[in-house]
This record gives sequence, structure tokens and C-alpha cells, in this order.
Amino acid sequence: MANRRLAPASEQPQHFAFSSENAEWAKGQIEKYPEGRQASAVIPLLWKAQEQNGGWLPQKAIEAVADELGMPHIRVLEVATFYTMFALEPVGRFWIQLCGTVPCDSCGARELKDMLQGRLGAPGHVSADGNFSWLEVECLGACCNAPMVQINQDYYEDLTPHSLNALMDDLAAGRPVKIGSQVGRTSSEPKGGADTLTDATLFDGSRVGAWRKRFEDKADEAKGQDEAASSEQRAASDPKPAKPDAGRAEHTPKTDAPAQRNAAGETPVKPSDTADAADRTDSSAKSTSKSESAATVVAEAEAAGAEAGTQSSLPRSEPPPQPIASGATEGEPVPSDKRN
Amino acid sequence: MTKLIVDGIEVDVPADYTLLQACEIAGAEIPRFCFHERLSIAGNCRMCLVELKGAPKPVASCAYAVKDCRPGPNGEPPEVLTRSGTTKKAREGVMEFLLINHPLDCPICDQGGHCDLQDQAMAYGVDSTRYGENKRAVEEKYIGPLVRTAMNRCIHCTRCVRFLAEVAGVPDLGAIGRGEDMEITSYLESAMGSELQGNVADLCPVGALVHKPQSYEVRPWELSKTESIDVMDSVGCAIRVDSKGREVMQIEPRVNEAINEEWISDKTRHAVDGLRAQRLDRPYVRENGRLRPASWGEAFAAIAGKVKASDPKRIGALVGDLAGVEETYALKALMASLGVTNLDCRQAGEKLDPAWGRAAYTFGPTIPGIEQADAILLIGTNPRLEASLLNVRIRKRWRMGPLAVGVIGEAVDLTYPHTYLGAGPDTLAELVAGKHSFADVLKAASHPLVVVGIGALARDDGAAILSAAANLAKAVGAVTPDWNGFAVLQTAAARVGALDLGFVPGEGGLDVGAMAEPGALDVVFNLGADEIEIGAGAFVVYQGTHGDRGATRADVVLPGAAYTEKSATFVNTEGRVQMTNRAGFPPGDAREDWAILRALSDVLGKRLPFDSLGALRRALYAEHPHFAALDAVAPADLVATVDTLAGLGGEPVRTAFAPTVPDFYLTNAIARASKVLAECSSLARVRGLEAAE
Repeated sequence: MANRRLAPASEQPQHFAFSSENAEWAKGQIEKYPEGRQASAVIPLLWKAQEQNGGWLPQKAIEAVADELGMPHIRVLEVATFYTMFALEPVGRFWIQLCGTVPCDSCGARELKDMLQGRLGAPGHVSADGNFSWLEVECLGACCNAPMVQINQDYYEDLTPHSLNALMDDLAAGRPVKIGSQVGRTSSEPKGGADTLTDATLFDGSRVGAWRKRFEDKADEAKGQDEAASSEQRAASDPKPAKPDAGRAEHTPKTDAPAQRNAAGETPVKPSDTADAADRTDSSAKSTSKSESAATVVAEAEAAGAEAGTQSSLPRSEPPPQPIASGATEGEPVPSDKRN
Repeated sequence: MTKLIVDGIEVDVPADYTLLQACEIAGAEIPRFCFHERLSIAGNCRMCLVELKGAPKPVASCAYAVKDCRPGPNGEPPEVLTRSGTTKKAREGVMEFLLINHPLDCPICDQGGHCDLQDQAMAYGVDSTRYGENKRAVEEKYIGPLVRTAMNRCIHCTRCVRFLAEVAGVPDLGAIGRGEDMEITSYLESAMGSELQGNVADLCPVGALVHKPQSYEVRPWELSKTESIDVMDSVGCAIRVDSKGREVMQIEPRVNEAINEEWISDKTRHAVDGLRAQRLDRPYVRENGRLRPASWGEAFAAIAGKVKASDPKRIGALVGDLAGVEETYALKALMASLGVTNLDCRQAGEKLDPAWGRAAYTFGPTIPGIEQADAILLIGTNPRLEASLLNVRIRKRWRMGPLAVGVIGEAVDLTYPHTYLGAGPDTLAELVAGKHSFADVLKAASHPLVVVGIGALARDDGAAILSAAANLAKAVGAVTPDWNGFAVLQTAAARVGALDLGFVPGEGGLDVGAMAEPGALDVVFNLGADEIEIGAGAFVVYQGTHGDRGATRADVVLPGAAYTEKSATFVNTEGRVQMTNRAGFPPGDAREDWAILRALSDVLGKRLPFDSLGALRRALYAEHPHFAALDAVAPADLVATVDTLAGLGGEPVRTAFAPTVPDFYLTNAIARASKVLAECSSLARVRGLEAAE
């Protein structure tokens, strides 16, 4: 982060006033707060002023907001310089905010930074075609999918220099792009699909009351059987329906749970899972060949999940509602050769 | 009350105390940077960390309340350790972080020698750094002509921002950016506009904000420090005059809870260079229309020749704004021995008469008493410019709780919300008649306060306005045996003392306006009255310190001593008697004023009966015993005085009250001689024009 200053006078507009529509909106924001606390609306108003002014805040807008709220100018300047989300100098059509905080940094944000530096030059400058400007910012709160950038109002995650470059090409060319993870994972699920809480017995209710069985089946204990194993086995072979027990998909379990595999006489944990769970020896973002194999793993897992009908049916796998994309629209997925 | 144990000493403190206060009561010294007892608590420097038994980590004692401490497992009082190993280690860690970005420029830093960081680094600093990176570099900021910045040194304590926002009541400074990039600045580096801005440099615990005028000029250990009293306004702030050799280098505030707490105005602080410039250092006599340097003998002979040839009825004496009680007393005694009755000290022409009683010209409730008032009416006064520190006290009162302030006169920014009632006597008359809504506010208040300024009194109908104000004070219950709610706010340091001495026209004597008329008098003794134009015809003897308006008009100039060069008594607007101390000697042939008058009396053949300052004071105290009680306000019979005033009656004219202080920075000869204050004045004028647009 560098010192944040207002744009030079030559770039400052001579005048700023809210459009009538925005002024009306601002009035609504101010009315949310009790009399004498109008200053609380400073951030929404600055947001709106920035939006109206093409993505950056000129001096006159800061003063207009201050006058609107009855605040001294310096107090609004304090707010505007505190948050990097307020751009104080003109930005490109696509304003890239690159997260450089520790989780992103350790997942390869530095390579992205080098790429941006190489492609666009120093941060804070608009590229010659007016399309891009970039800035390294502090944590944007998408650490699970590091490294990531925010472009205008959208997050683009799981980036590599290559995929970010391709993304920027697509944006500049006006081609549709995919918001969110660029390696196809859903929200912040682990790479390669969900690998915890996949045991169907956790969700079909068959574990309810398992502890009671422990006391009832003294005989089982006498046989020296493992309690947990016995209850799991029972749960797998004789799932106790949850209530209400009508029409649940789990009546015909299709999940591939360790307990079921155990009951069927197979090894509870698949060797492939064991291999997958082992510590990685190198960063996922470093080697392209590794990333490609990771991508195939992901694709396979997705296909398997879709077949098993688990992932798609889980409501938590739905993507969260996205704000209206500016320049990027939800469309066809990026071809797999462009992903990495 | 809550018991707690600090370093093994059990103390019993109110529950709303902070740990820092409790530790100080127990005698433990807590280092701090951001905490200041007169500002809000920020808790951002972390230097005041202490170990609190049972807390998982050290706590910032300035921001931790005693009532939040938990007792021990068996109900023992909470225990605080201020000297434990953990505490010391924690503070050393804080200090190391502070020093990461602090430049090692103590040898060229003006704060060196009175720097909190330097002092505390002696106790908690380490001798080397573990930080290998480049230090942070911060651009210097222009924030006005009085405060120089060296922003690399800033440790982000925000004392300056809090002072201006809370005490001074202006949004001049702010902190932009965040984290390591946080910077203290004014809006777009405009000059600060507060009349109290110099205090931010005093508050700065490091050398980030230092006084610009004395930059690189002074080191604290080479100054001799004299405790004294300020005379720039009628408040009488406690100051410390720091001099090097015979020159006054700087003026710093002293703590006086009854008057200025620990702040002073910029005029008080930066009149210093005015004490060096334009000084009268030898007597002058006018010959052929030009003043020429003369000896004391020549000057006295010229005066004696003129006085002996004049009728006492055609001789007059004026006392200006900066004269001490001693010289005023000597001048009065000299005039009395000559049989002169044309005396006046009311240079602004205010209609005040000591015969009405002392409460008629003093600030009855006293300055600390303002904190009890719950409704204040300001008539013809702008306390922000006339008595800045008194205005700070009103603002402090407003911050303590709801306070209704009404203003009659000029519409000005007082730094606290107020109701503007009207411009002149009409509004006052409405209030007296109870027709104005603010009259009800005053009536409903338990401690209403009516303040009359010189702007309302320095006019022909001043007595009538004073009478109306007294009537209002009586009507709203401001004057009771328990509460002195009637106040006159003076603007000049010399005024109350001179009025106490009765330096007003005697029987058949002319007042200041009549004396200044062309041809009214043959000889005028002018003891430092620079704000008045004396008409043609009179032979003017000017005794003062600066080549200002008075000296320009004079026929004989007698060089006197300024307030830092003599021990003199001043009575502030409350009627509080205070004494200045000599920090240096007057320049050249200039002498202390009482001694000049004593020597002149000899030449005039009317030798005054004292040969030393001690003898003068013995005579003064015998005649006016209240001058002997330093730092005390002699009680005045307010009820009787207000009754007298209310009975004066009179019909005020309709013209609006005029501002008394058109230019805050240039109110007297010393301030007008100061280049620093001249620059402040021109900036203030530009600000005023911009604001008017």
C-alpha cells in the first residue's frame, strides 16, 4: 500500500453533484440514521459518488458528501483515504484490486502481481487503452480461494498468472467470463470436491440414538466388538429412517461412505482418497503440469459427484447470488484449455 | 470506591477511575504517549501497558476501568503490577515497535531535551535495532505559520487531532490513510485556523509538530525559565517565559486550573518576536516635527517645562491596555500631586464606573464558575477572540452537558452551538421585557449567566445597556447570594487593576473621549495607550515599550519595560490579582515604568514617596489591601452592585453592537510588532474573505 492522495488537480473535475436519482437515494440512506447521526451515512454516499463518477472519487465529490452530511471536509477525507475500495485517482474500465495479504500471498499472489506489473506497469495507472488499472489491496475476505482479485464489483478466484491474463483478455475483448473460482470449484469447497461430511449416515438420521444401543447391546460389548464399528455397521446395513421418513433418497443409499464400504466388506477408505489426502509437496499454483492434473481430478470429482447425485442436490453447493456483473456475465464456462 | 492492589500497595479509588489513574494514586509512574488527562482516551500507543493478575495479557491501563477488574479467586482485590518483568517486557516491545519507524535525528530535533519518546526510551528502549528494512518516510505537511511538521517522527498518538476537535472545537487536523501509512494533516494542507493551534506542538510527545517561529533557535537546557502572567488579553493566563541571555526566546503555558488549565492562545505564545522588534530603547524628544534621540535629562526637562507652564485643568493622563498596577498607581499619585483630575484608563471608551462597585466591571462568576452555569447569554462580546481561554472554558462546559448559549451582537463562530438572538439593544430590551423565548430559557436555568462585553459598553449608551443587562440578570435570577451570574468581560489586561485604583476622571475631570478631542488639553501623559488617537494641540508624553501609534503621536517618548521585563501586578477580568516576574531587562536606556515616573516626579518637584518597588507596594497595599492577596479574587457585593446598575436606567439607541476585536492577532503594540502574528493576521483575513464568499 502506498500513500493515498487525491488525484492531481489536472485530473480533478471542476464540479460534482449527485444526479437527481442518486440524490434521492442518498436521502434515503441518510434517513436511516437518527437526527444528529447523519455522518453514519458517509460510506454509502461515498460509494454512490464513486459509482456516479466512473469508479473514482474526486475532491469535489468528497466535499459534496461532507457538505451533504454536515461533516468537516477533513473527516470525509479521512474515511476516503482509509478504505482502498475508494479510488482517489481515475481508474480503468476494469479496476483490478489484487489481494496481497498473507493467504493470497502464500498461494501465489506475488506471481499475479508480477504479471500485472509486467502487463499494466506500476499500480494506480490506467493502461493506455483505458481498459485496466490495478492496485494491491489488503485482505478481501476470499482466502479459501486464494489467490484472487476483485475486478469492479466481482471476485475472480483461484487465479494463476495465466488464467488472470486470459481473464483480462476476455474482459478487454468483451467476451463473457466466469465469476468466482476459475478452476471450476463451487464456492469455497476444497479443491477436488467435498471430502468431509460426505458420510450419508450423518444426514439420514441413522446415527440418532446410536449411543443408546451401546447400553442395550451389552452382549456386543462382551464379544469385544468395537462400539463405533458396530453402530456404524448397523447404521449401514439397517439405516434407521429419520422422521418423517417419507420418500428420502437415502432409503436407497448411493453414497460412497466408509461405513457402507466397511459393511460391504471393502476397505473403509479408498486408496485413491488416501493418496489425495496426503500432504502436497509443492504449491498448487507453481507448476502448470500439476495444476492440469489437479484440474482433471476436479473434473472427475465433479462428474462422479453429479453421478452420485450428492453434490448437486445439496443446497449449500448453490452459488451465492452475485451482484450484477459489470463487463462480466455469467455464461458458458471458460473452455478448459483456457482455465489454467 | 473500589479497592485494588498496585505493586503491593492497596488503594481505594472510585470505580470509574482508569487503571492509570489508580496506579498514579498508588505512586506508580506509568509511561504514556497518547493519553492526556484533558483529552479523550485513545488507547493507541500501548505504552501504558501494565500486568493485571488474571488477565491473559498486559492491559492498556489508560483505557481499562477499575470497575472492569475482576477480583482474585478468593475475593482478593484485583492486583496490578507496574514494575513486573512482564510489564517491562511488554513496554519494551511497544517501544521497539515505535522506534522502528522513528528517525534517529534527535541531535537536530527541536523536541530534543523535552521529548517524551526520548525520555521513555531511556527507561524502555534498547540500544540497537533488529529492524533491517528501510524506515517509513512521510512527506512534510504545511499546516500553518505556527507549527512546523517533521512527519517522519510522528508516532500516531493523535493528541493533536483530539485537542483541536475537543478543546479548540475546530476540525483543522485529521489523520488520513491507515496503518503504517497514516498521516496527520490538515485538509489539503491548508493552514490551521484555530487561535489555539500552538498548543498542538506542546502536546506532541515527539518532535513531529514543533513551534515554527523558534525552530532551531532554542534548546530547553539553555533557557532560564521565569513563571509569569500573560497580558495579551484580560484572562491573565499562566505562562512561563523562557529566555536565553537577555532575550526572551519562547513563552510556554503553565498549569493554572482556575484560568487557563494548560493551554494558551497563539497571541500569548507568539508575541515573543514582538518583544524584540520596534522597541523604544532610549528617550526621544520632538524637535522641528521630528523625534530625535535624547537623554533622560533632556526628555524630563522638556516635560517639566511644559507641565509647569500649564494649568492642571489642561493636563490629562491616560492609561493603556498593558500597564501594570504599580505604574498606574505611581501615575495617579503624580497626577494627584499636580492637582490633575483628567484621568482615564477606559481606553475603549467603555461606560464603566468603579463607583458602582467592583462587580460592575469584573467577571462575577469567575472562570471556573462557568462550569456551573447552565444557560449563558453573551451580550456584545465574542469571547473566542476577546478571551480565548475563557471561551475554551465555555466550550468545556458545553461538552460536560446541555448548555444553552445565546448571543446578542455579531454573529460569530464560537466553536460550540449557540442561538443567535439579535444584533443590538432591541433584542436585549425584548429579553428584559420577557418577550423573547430565550428569556424563558434563562429563567428556567438554575445558574443563568449574563456576560456583557466591551462591544456593548464602549458606546455612548453603554451605561443604559449595562443597566438593561443588570435588569435582565435580576429578572432571570442570575444574581443571588449563592450565584454570581452577572459578568463583565474585559478585553485589556490593565483595565480591572486601573479601575480598582480608581483611575477615572475626578471631580470635573474629562474622560478619555473628551481628552482626545483636538485642543482639549495642553499636556497629555500617555501611559501606553496605543489604541486611541489624541487630537492635535496637546503636548503628548508617551511612556511605553513600542514605536507604535502612541509613540508616533508623542512629543516626548519615555521608553518603558514590557511585561516580561518587570515585576508588575495585573488584575484579570475576574478580579484575580496576579504578578508578572522579570525574565530579562528592558533594552537600552529603557527603565521600569514606576521608576520613570518616580524620577519624573523629582524633576517636576513633586517627589513621590517611594524609592523602591517594595516601598511602592507597601504604599499601594496600605491604600488598596486587596492587591496584596495574590492569585485571589476579592469578594464583591454583586447583589448591591447589580441593584445599583439596574437603577441607572437610560434609553439605549438602536445601533448594533460593534465587534471589539476586529483582528485577534493585532490587538496591542507588542502583537503588532510581531512578524509571526502579522502573518497569522493576514491568513485569518484571507480565511475571513473566503468564508464570506
